[in-house]
Formats: sequence, structure tokens, C-alpha cells
Amino acid sequence: MADFLLELRCEEIPARMQPKAKEDLARLFADALAKAGLTAGSVEAFATPRRLALIAKDLPLATEAVSEETKGPKVGAPPQALDGFLRKVGLTAEQLVERDGVYFAVVEKPGRDTAAVLSETIPAIIRAFPWPKSMRWGAASLSTESLRWVRPLSGIIALLDDAVVPCEIDGIVSGRTTMGHRFHHSGPVEIADAAAYIESLRAAHVIVHFSERCRLIREGAERAAAEAGLTLVADEGLVIENAGLTEWPVPLLGRFDEAFLDVPPEVIQLTARVNQKYFVCEDGAGKLANAFVCTANIEPNNASVVVDGNRKVLAARLSDARFFWQQDLKTPLAVHAEKLSRITFHEKLGTVADKVERVRKLALWLVEAEIVKPVEDSPQVKTTLYNNVQSAAAFCKADLVTEMVGEFPELQGLMGGYYAAKEGLPVEVAEAIRDHYKPVGQGDDVPTAPVTVAVSLADKLDTLTRFFLIDEAPTGSKDPFALRRAAIAVIALILGNGLRFRLEGALLAAVSDDLDEFEQVWHGHTDKKLANFFADRLKVQQREAGVRHDLIDAVFALGGEDDLVRLLARVHALQAFVGTEDGVNLLAGYKRAANILKKEGYEGPSGAPDPAVLASLKEGNDDIPDTGEEDPLAMVDDPDLAGILAAEARRSPSGLSYTPEPAEQALIEALAAAAPRAAEAVEAERFADAMAALASLRSAVDRFFEEVTVNAPEAEKRQARLALLAAFRDAVHRVADFSRIEG
Amino acid sequence: MSAAPKFTPQFAPAPRDPARSFQDMILTLHDFWSHEAGCVILQPYDMRMGAGTFHTATTLRALGPEPWNAAFVQPCRRPTDGRYGENPNRLQHYYQYQVILKPSPSDIQELYLKSLAAIGIDPLAHDIRFVEDDWESPTLGAWGLGWEVWCDGMEVTQFTYFQQMGGFDCKPVAGELTYGLERLAMYIQGVDNVYDLAFNSSGVSYGDVFLENERQMSKWNFEVANTDALFDLFAKAEAECRNALSAGVPIAAYEQAVEASHVFNLLQARGVISVQERASYMARVRDLARSSCEAYAEKMTPGWQAKYPGWVL
Repeated sequence: MADFLLELRCEEIPARMQPKAKEDLARLFADALAKAGLTAGSVEAFATPRRLALIAKDLPLATEAVSEETKGPKVGAPPQALDGFLRKVGLTAEQLVERDGVYFAVVEKPGRDTAAVLSETIPAIIRAFPWPKSMRWGAASLSTESLRWVRPLSGIIALLDDAVVPCEIDGIVSGRTTMGHRFHHSGPVEIADAAAYIESLRAAHVIVHFSERCRLIREGAERAAAEAGLTLVADEGLVIENAGLTEWPVPLLGRFDEAFLDVPPEVIQLTARVNQKYFVCEDGAGKLANAFVCTANIEPNNASVVVDGNRKVLAARLSDARFFWQQDLKTPLAVHAEKLSRITFHEKLGTVADKVERVRKLALWLVEAEIVKPVEDSPQVKTTLYNNVQSAAAFCKADLVTEMVGEFPELQGLMGGYYAAKEGLPVEVAEAIRDHYKPVGQGDDVPTAPVTVAVSLADKLDTLTRFFLIDEAPTGSKDPFALRRAAIAVIALILGNGLRFRLEGALLAAVSDDLDEFEQVWHGHTDKKLANFFADRLKVQQREAGVRHDLIDAVFALGGEDDLVRLLARVHALQAFVGTEDGVNLLAGYKRAANILKKEGYEGPSGAPDPAVLASLKEGNDDIPDTGEEDPLAMVDDPDLAGILAAEARRSPSGLSYTPEPAEQALIEALAAAAPRAAEAVEAERFADAMAALASLRSAVDRFFEEVTVNAPEAEKRQARLALLAAFRDAVHRVADFSRIEG
Repeated sequence: MSAAPKFTPQFAPAPRDPARSFQDMILTLHDFWSHEAGCVILQPYDMRMGAGTFHTATTLRALGPEPWNAAFVQPCRRPTDGRYGENPNRLQHYYQYQVILKPSPSDIQELYLKSLAAIGIDPLAHDIRFVEDDWESPTLGAWGLGWEVWCDGMEVTQFTYFQQMGGFDCKPVAGELTYGLERLAMYIQGVDNVYDLAFNSSGVSYGDVFLENERQMSKWNFEVANTDALFDLFAKAEAECRNALSAGVPIAAYEQAVEASHVFNLLQARGVISVQERASYMARVRDLARSSCEAYAEKMTPGWQAKYPGWVL
């Protein structure tokens, strides 16, 4: 057994690429070993800005000997075939083995030295390495075929125990030397073997373990803050990024001018974080302090010089930010909002000003339609809500043209909120402007303030309908306008606030200005596409809450249900029900009934009616008046009506011409009692009661299947029993489409 | 009787003082790159341009197989960055120091760090970092990978390995270093306002040289420049570029592309190009620059191939 060390040294690897590169190296190496028939006891990979490395422990010194058998032609095959085979395997006819009338060539492959395998493996791994972006360099790049790496590759260490594994790629020859820290160590560092690697480099001021550098930064930054009597604002993303920028991380605390604290704290934090990769600190009261922590890659001979340099850079950035803040405050949001007419929202959807106008109308409609209700039911409160929604919607995008958001797009909304508050707009308006992008993704806070809910919902509904209208619905992994996220946000807003409305109504309201577009939605079935889209999003959104996707389907399949609050209440009741013994058995009975109906040619409620049922309908039906002139059943040709008529026919399997068997009679009676109860309960949104009504059918259904032969020899009996089963199925369908339920 | 004193012209250059003189910093960089990398020290391109990369010593010379090492100062015009001389960091006219090394030498980072030491930046006193920053110029059909070099958190240099120029693969790859001279000097001299920089060791400040220029040029860029004339200039540069291209003189065509690019920047500063038009103007400039680079590369290819058999564009 031997230990192997590989180090690929290069110029500074982008910080963001290091964590994955480490994993890729371990994976590629393990794959290559496996292919050669080798297994290491353990493989660990490392990344610093200037090197990727790997240590594999307990490698066998050689691969196992194997005998490889190749199938050849049949005995008696034409001589050319045999000759060809012999040439291919490099054997003579006498050396072939014959088995079951077929020739086989058996080639014994002796084990190979692991070192030889590694010599081939290393260049192959380097050539196949999946960097997100790679480059050519140097004299060799005269050809585009030259080696590619993330940045110029400058050295390779390959040691199996204490021996160099010889290999070469594009003129770079493996050895045992590397470089230490760029500034704290000069000259090459000689590595004895894998076991000595980490400590030899530590002596040369390089911390090889990524996790150790992270720890040094995290703890060092916390300590620096604590020493100044402050608390570090934890930021693991920054820890990782700084660990990717340093081989010898040294967190240092500095102070900036207190006067900058006039600027919103989010702006300061973002400036420090994004531009400079600095941490920020809070004082005892949780307020942002005038301090930052930068992470140097050296132990400076005078820390204050480095800190002061960083302070100056931050000060320049913050004075830019303060300039933007002060400039922006000079202009009222209403004036900023006017400039939105110069910004294209989407080439087919007009300007941002156009969008804002649509959002404003839709948000007001949500209030007028009492979908978003005031906190208190008084005319005065309602008027205030209306007015607040009006201004919040009108100004919600105004900050997009401010200097600050131009500089930091991620501050959209937040800055609008600040500017609105500074301008003296009502706090509800400022908060709605600030929060109207929320919720952003699952897990984000869902707004509950009515003004915010109205604007947020209107913004997202507008985006969704408009992009669907111009045929920009997401496909596969492509969702350039983040419509899935918008739909999830809509669902979260509706469910989080218990908003009761038909989605279809709101989607139409979103385009109600324009009749042509209305037509397009209606006839182009954009609504259906959107409904299905919402159903899918709902399934995704509810997955975490443990709601079964098939149950959502079962309720959606009923059609016409797009009040999501009601829909989900029904799904919850259904999920509780199908978890009970009654539920399981009823589902089994339902499936049995549905199978029989299918086999006998009974179709779904909206399909073509069974001719026999139509015939019985013709004989005595008092629902459809016979005027003599028109044949009432002409209407049956109308595909929209046929299903309804057929269902009507099925619903009253009365007037049997024979005496039903007791079990049959019991089901008829149970159904007569349960079906209206279930329907009534559904109507009243008492879904648990609806489920209970269905549960009451369970024993009658079980008994029916035990005692009654559906497929009776008499056509009359058979038809009546099928109709009974259809009535059972339909009663169940009033609650949910059980055919969609799995299991 | 002693002989009458004889006039002997003698010149012993004073030692450079890059830490206290802007021009000495530049001269030190000239000395360094001339001596350490055999660079030709060029003078600025005599046209208004937005970045040193536009200099033909960079763009056009990055094409083709021949080695090319050059260093020069290039004044850069950024009309929209003008602040009437009132902002301590922002200028509509500033200097870049550009080094181009083709093919990129294997010790290019070490050379660069040595050049910083030469102008007074000690890497054990200051935190020098190479932070990922890829470079792309759609206008030039060019991109490269590299870093922005940080000195105590301040970006002092853009360091790029050119991968493509004018839409062609760079064969071989050139390394390009672009130092922000004013920033570096402010850092080294320890001043917070660019106009307070010592330009030389004889008491002349950066403000003495450039403050009035910044005031007047900012006013002209933002308020005065005749926009009809600028639109006209743009159209003429575009036409002249085409004219030069059809006559087979791509270097002249390229100059017109540079001219069009700068006129476009002026029009931007005057705020007369709408968002919608902007994209179309940028596409026009890009087309000129790329056509010129292409024509240059194609014109030069036979000569390059004669020297480098087997090399293809």
C-alpha cells in the first residue's frame, strides 16, 4: 500500500470555482482509479488560490492481474473471419480456446504498477477537467490545440510515497517541488511525501485546507469585532469567498467615518460586501457600526497601513453611495416614476411605465373586488386602503431609475421604501413599495399588510398573464422571466393571506382593458395553460408541506376549481380521508367500479353517453319537455350537453323492472343518502363532512361487490347495475377525481 | 596659466522618485518594462479613445503569430465620467499605463509584482491580491480571462490573458496589463484628491496640469458639444471607415472605428441617444471595429504564414 499526492499549481484560481474544483478533482481521480481497477483507502482534495491538490491513501502498488476473454467466430466459420480475428487479438489459431462451438481468445493481462497507471491518469485528468471557463496561454498557445486550464498551469507534484510519478503535459514535468506563499516565502518548497504535504506548506505560509482557512477567517473576524466591542454580522458566503482569495488569511478590523451611517445600513453592508468583500459589524443594540473587517492574505509588517488602505477604498465607495442617496432624495418618487416610460419592460410588453399602470389598475381591482380586504370593515378604512394601494402601485418601480438602484440593482424595492418614507408618504405605502417583490422564492416572508399584498399580487399576476399572452411561458429548464417563481409567490400570497377568489377572474381582470387580448386569453386557452401551470406550481410549493401531488391533481381534475384556498382545503380533507381505513377501502371500491365501467364501455361523465342509457332516457324523462315540434334529444347531439344529460340519466337509476338484490338495494339507498350529503357539504366547503359522507358508502360498496354480479345475464340488470356504479362514481367525483389518486 | 573652462555638456539623470512624483512613476515603469521585458516604449496614440486597449499596439498587434512586447501611456477619454473637476476620483480624461506581452511569458505575474515594487509598493507592507475579473469588449470582438489586482482592497491593475481579438482566437495569447496610473499614484503618494498629486518633483501638481481642462471639457462634453455636428462626425467616420476598408488600408479603417466610438461616447454624454437607439449605435461601432480587425488580420495573414508555416488565422 502507498499514499499518493497530486498537486496542480497554477496562477490564482477564481474563488468561486475552488469548492467545486476540489470535488471534481476527487471525483475524476476516483473514477480513473476505478477504471484501472484500483481503489484507494481514502481520497481527499484541497484547493487554495494557487493550487488544487489531492491525497489518496492506501493505494495498492499494482493492479490485479486479469484474464480477458474475447469472443471470436464460430467453429467452421469462413477462414477469412478466423484470420481477421487472429490478427485482431494477436494470437495464433492454436492459442484459441474452443467452447460450445465458438472460438475464444484468452489474453492474460498481468497487473500493472500503480505508478504507471498514475502516469497516464494525471495528464488525462488535467485534459478532461471541467472548469466553467478555461484559457490558453504562453508560447504554446500559438496553436489552439494547446493545453487549457483555468489560469496558466505552472507545476505538477506527483508522488507515490516518496517517489515521483513521472508524467508530462505540455512541457510541464511532474516533480516534488512547489511554491509557498507568494510573499511570505521565497524559493521552492520540496515535498517529501503525501504525509508531509500539509505541514511543509504550512511552514511556507500556506494553509492547504479550505475548511481551516474558513475557520481562521470566521473566528478571526469574530474576534476582531469582539475586541472592538462589536458583533460581527455573520456571512458564510463571504467567509468562503475570502477563503478562496487567501492562502494565509488574516482578518483585520478597520473603522470608517461615522458620518456615512446616514446612508441606509443595507447600502453600507452591500457596498462593503459586494465591492470589497468586507464583513460589517453591529453594536450592542444591533445597529450597524462604523466598522468593517477585511481579510488580508499577508501578516503585514504594519497592519494599520493595510487597514488604512482598505478604509480609503471603502470611504470612496461609501461617498459614492452617499452621493447617490442624496441625489436620489432630491427628486420625488413621482418624478422618478415618469422616467419609467423610457425603460423597456419587454419589447412586446411596452415600457416599465406601462407595466406600472397595469399593476396599479389590477391592484385597485383586487381591492374593489374585495379580494384584498382592509384590516377593518369600515368605509373610511377601505378608502384609505384604496388610496394607499393607488400610490404604492404608482411608485413601486420608481426606484429603478434612481442612482442607487442603478449601482446596486439588488436594492430595488428597499430603496423605494426608504425614499417613500423620507418623502413623508404613509408608512403602509413605503412598506408596500419596499416589500412588493416579496416573497422571493420559497421560504421568504409572505407579506400580510393589505397594501403590500395588493401591489405584490397585482405585480406578479400582471407578469404572469402578460408573458403567457406573448407565448413566453417557461419550457423545460428555461424560465428567463422567472415566471415559476412568480407563480409560487402568487400561491404563497393567496394561501398565506387566505385570499378567496377565482384565479381565472383575476387573470381576466389583468387583461380586461383590452377586448382583443381578452379574446386571446379566452379562445387561445391561455387561461387553461395558466391554470395547469399554477397546478404544477402548487404541487411544487406544497411538496415541502407534505401534501400529495396526486391529491392536488384529483381536485384540479374536477375542473373549474381555481380558488386555491378552497382547493387546498379540499385537498387537505382528501389527504386525511385517504389515510384512513375507510378511505383506502373506498378508493379500492371506486377503482373497481371505474374499471368495470371502463371495461363495459361506460365513459367519463363528460364523454359520450352510453346508448342504452340514452334509450332509457328517451322513454320516460320529465326533465326535458316534449313540445312535439322538436325532438328534445336533438340536444343530445350537442357535445356539451350530452354528458350532462347522460349524467342526469345515471343519477336516477330508479324504476327498476326487477327486484334488486339486498346488497344492490343497500347501495342504492346508501347512495341516495350519501350523494346529496356529500354534494351539499362540498357546496358549503365542509370538506371533512363530504369525506364522511363518502365514507358512509364504504360498507355498502364492499357488500355490493361481494354479493352482486354486475355482469348479469339479463341486459336489463346489467344496465341498471352499471348505472348504479356510475352513480357511485359520480358521487365520488363530486368530491374529487379519485382516478387520479395513486395507490 | 590654466586653460579656460571648457563647456562640457553633461547630464546625469537624477534618481527617479516614483513615490513622490507622478511622472517619475511613469518613467520608472518605462525603465522597468524596457529593461525587464524588452518592451518597445511607445508614445500615446494620437487619437481620442476610451481605453488603452484601443491603441493599435494592443488590438491589432494582439493578432497574428509574431512576438510583440510594448509599453505605453494612453490618455483615456470617458466623457460621462467628467465631474467638472469637483470629484476627487473621477475624471473625463486620465492615464492608463499599458503593457502588452505576446506571447504571455510564464513569469508575467512575477514581472508585474516586481514592477509594483519598482514604483514603491512593498508586498509585505501592502496586501496584494489577484481577484477574478474577466474582460470582454464586444466592440472589439475581444475577450480574455484574468484578474483585477487589488492593493489593500483597491483595484490598481487589470490583468488579462487575451483569448480572442476581433473575433479571432489569439495565437499566441498575449498578456495585457493596464495600470490605473492616477489611482496608483494617489495610493503611493498618500493623497485623497487626484488634483493634489505631485506631478513632478518641482512643485507642479496634477491639478496645475489638468484641473482647468476637467472643468472646461466636462462642460463641453455635457453641455456644449454641437450634437448635430457630432451625429455628422459619426456618420462621416463610419463612411470613411468603409472607404478605407474597400481601399485595403485596414489600419486607417480602424482609426475611423476608434473615432466613431469616441463620438458615440460624446453623444452619450450629451444625452441625445435614447435607450433604443443606443443598442443600434453600439452595433454600428462594433461592426466597424470588427470589420477593421478582420481586414487587418486577413491582409497580414500571408506574411504571417510565410514566417510561421502552418499558422492559420
